[in-house]
Amino acid sequence: MSKPIEHDYIGLSEQPLPSMEKSSDTNDKKNGLRLKDTELRLGLPGSDSPEREDHDQNVLSLKSFVSGSKRGFSDALDGGRKWVFPGGSGGGSEGLFSPRRSGNNNGGNDLSEPDSGLDGSVSKDGAAHKPLVVQEKKSHVGNTAPASKAQVVGWPPIRSFRKNTMASHPLKSDDDDNAEAKLGSGCLYVKVSMDGAPYLRKVDLKIYGSYKELSSALEKMFSCFTIGQCGSHGVSSRDGLSESRLIDLLHGSEYVLTYEDKDGDWMLVGDVPWEMFTNSCKRLRIMKSAEAIGLAPRAMEKCKNRI
Amino acid sequence: MGSSELKRSKDSVESARWSSFPDEVLERVLSLLKSHRDRSSVSLVCKDWYNAERWSRTHVFIGNCYSVSPEIVARRFPRIRSVTLKGKPRFSDFNLVPENWGADIHAWLVVFAAKYPFLEELRLKRMAISDESLEFLAISFPNFKALSLLSCDGFSTNGLAAIATHCKNLTELDIQENGIDDKGGSWLSCFPESFTSLEVLNFANLTSDINFDALEKLVGRCKSMRVLKLNRSVSLEQLQRLLVSAPQLAELGTGSFSQELTIREYEELESTLSICKNMHTLSGLWDAKGIYLPALYPACSHLTFLNLSYAALQSVELAKLLAHCPRLKRLWVLDTVEDKGLEAVGLNCPLLEELRVFPADPFDDEIVHGVTEAGFVAVSFGCPRLHYVLYFCRQMTNAAVATIVQNCPDFTHFRLCIMNPGQPDYLTNEPMDEAFGAVVKTCTKLQRLSVSGLLTDLTFEYIGRYAKNLETLSVAFAGRSDWGMQCVLGGCPKLRKLEIRDCPFGNAALLSGLEKYESMRSLWMSACNVTMNGCRLLAREMPRLNVEVMKEDGSDESQADKVYVYRSIAGPRRDAPPSVLTL
Repeated sequence: MSKPIEHDYIGLSEQPLPSMEKSSDTNDKKNGLRLKDTELRLGLPGSDSPEREDHDQNVLSLKSFVSGSKRGFSDALDGGRKWVFPGGSGGGSEGLFSPRRSGNNNGGNDLSEPDSGLDGSVSKDGAAHKPLVVQEKKSHVGNTAPASKAQVVGWPPIRSFRKNTMASHPLKSDDDDNAEAKLGSGCLYVKVSMDGAPYLRKVDLKIYGSYKELSSALEKMFSCFTIGQCGSHGVSSRDGLSESRLIDLLHGSEYVLTYEDKDGDWMLVGDVPWEMFTNSCKRLRIMKSAEAIGLAPRAMEKCKNRI
Repeated sequence: MGSSELKRSKDSVESARWSSFPDEVLERVLSLLKSHRDRSSVSLVCKDWYNAERWSRTHVFIGNCYSVSPEIVARRFPRIRSVTLKGKPRFSDFNLVPENWGADIHAWLVVFAAKYPFLEELRLKRMAISDESLEFLAISFPNFKALSLLSCDGFSTNGLAAIATHCKNLTELDIQENGIDDKGGSWLSCFPESFTSLEVLNFANLTSDINFDALEKLVGRCKSMRVLKLNRSVSLEQLQRLLVSAPQLAELGTGSFSQELTIREYEELESTLSICKNMHTLSGLWDAKGIYLPALYPACSHLTFLNLSYAALQSVELAKLLAHCPRLKRLWVLDTVEDKGLEAVGLNCPLLEELRVFPADPFDDEIVHGVTEAGFVAVSFGCPRLHYVLYFCRQMTNAAVATIVQNCPDFTHFRLCIMNPGQPDYLTNEPMDEAFGAVVKTCTKLQRLSVSGLLTDLTFEYIGRYAKNLETLSVAFAGRSDWGMQCVLGGCPKLRKLEIRDCPFGNAALLSGLEKYESMRSLWMSACNVTMNGCRLLAREMPRLNVEVMKEDGSDESQADKVYVYRSIAGPRRDAPPSVLTL
């Protein structure tokens, strides 16, 4: 391995897996060719990524909650740690998900979506979103980005009768962030998302007493998504990761922990007293630090205004 | 019988040398054979046996309605009284098959009316059937007894009215999960006052209110009724009244289980249910409220099949209920019961053979509820006899699956659906190859497999190498190259149905199975990398296969969006709609 290994999020390098005997050569080549397409990029539609076609229009109303501008991310990504989805799904894997295969990039469009999708999620009515990152994950090896609320046709494989039954008569009561009130009033569940992770988790803020406890819990919860990253440090992804290394990842240059408060604003976690935080936190997000640059001043101002 | 006598004596003369069995004895013996596979084997032994078999066969099973024509069937089997027909490819259940694709029953009914006037039973799956056809059926077969429609479409409750009106000897009316146009419940009132023969009535699929009075009277006079599955519009109070007249029921599907009951009404229900000692199957329980479930406890002692897949129970409720169901063999639940509920399954149901866990919110991408690998593992520890599983989940690990199959090596049906396409082992971030490798290596009796999660070609290498008894394989969003599919086609000697969607398999893979397809029932490939040219080549090389391509609007000229390949002795079909190209 003469050059830094670029890992996709599942820890696979772009070197072919040992199991892929037959078509590994072509895979390599194709992977290499498509790497640029699979780079995670930020940028408003039409800028920085000329290959992206109309798919970003699917991701409506990008609300830049982070002080407005996003920048191209590709420079930040060069040299190793990438949050790349396994876009190379083997030889000739164009168009896995979509009937429209002509002229589409494999994964390029989709990978832009985690951020834009999550942006979309931070609309004023925060509850209304669907985390596109997960939606995007569905099509990570495909090329056509589904519309932000579209699902893959016929997936999961559930018969129409069952689908329609559940759609027309919801079998359970509406879910809200505190639906776990079933478990008792002493819970405060909030959703936690992490940029690039395929799905969310939920944590009960009431069981932690401090920011430190919360952040170690989150690190443990999301450590599996950072394994690929650590691998490139030279640490074997199979060894237990040392806590400090995780913390480096989480609090070092890579990620910051942010939260959405009652007003719908996104703030850095840690600026306000713990009690105030648990009372006002509606949702957590582990964000790439590069994105969070604009946050800090706002958080401070807001605190000042409050206090 | 005249012609058959003549026939028999002719054959005896011809084959007297070969057969040591008089034909009469042979036919008598063969008439005891029920399995259509055994009968197929018998018919291949020699001409004598072929004839004896075809004269003694009363039930015919046709797995693909286009593999044979009704005329051919009627010519070969003169004495059929019961027919099972399956039509559309299975993925039509998930809206992947265009409307008007075909599989219309009418042409069959016309031939049957002429050749099998004494037809008694018709069981259809994924066929298109119109109200006119239902009416035709109702008036053409005076002896008609049993109609079962599963996942069919094209008809309305008017068709059911025709059946109820004309079929004087009806014993079974089983309407399941169909695309039915529900125009109201008046069809049920069409059963005449003199009609008393019904044993099986299943209208759980219908949504409209039925005339309860008519239903109550019907149930009251059909003393042999053993299966009654109500729809959601039937209330708890009405259920209680029905049960009073039908305590002999063996299978009960309740209506809505959530009415506000007074204490007295609840006690009445409880005591009525306690009389139902014959009950071995319980389903329905729509909107079940936990507080009323205890009313069921007395009726559960002999339950072997409990279908809670429309009741969003919590883990505690399920656990309490299962404590009363020690004999349970089959359990269907929603994932609202979560892992804790499945732990309760493992603790309470040692005889469990089949488990199906359906997602309550399949289209909600956020992990809020649901089951994980932990629940499945818990069941496997407590239920060593488990051999059929359908499991929808949002996370899974290779290690968990390895443990599961170690605990339950007798799986015949393993259908795992990790709902996020292409999702890896969430702990190790590796593909799920080793999970399915463990399944096929350990479960030697495996007949049916559905794979999911992030899978490389290695999964398919394993499948091809180890799955010696595999008959049905469903693949979605998996694989890396043609090699994967080639492994399956090159291995799996008993493969009959292969259905693939959204995988990177192309022409090389498709064409590697040329001879194989003739020993299979069908192949489905959609959203893969197969081209029209590949399909044309296949069609040219294998004239006994029907190669059908369904194109989608706006797709590339050269791409074969959806391909359906099946063997047929009836030649290419003539009823294909314009969207289906036969090559």
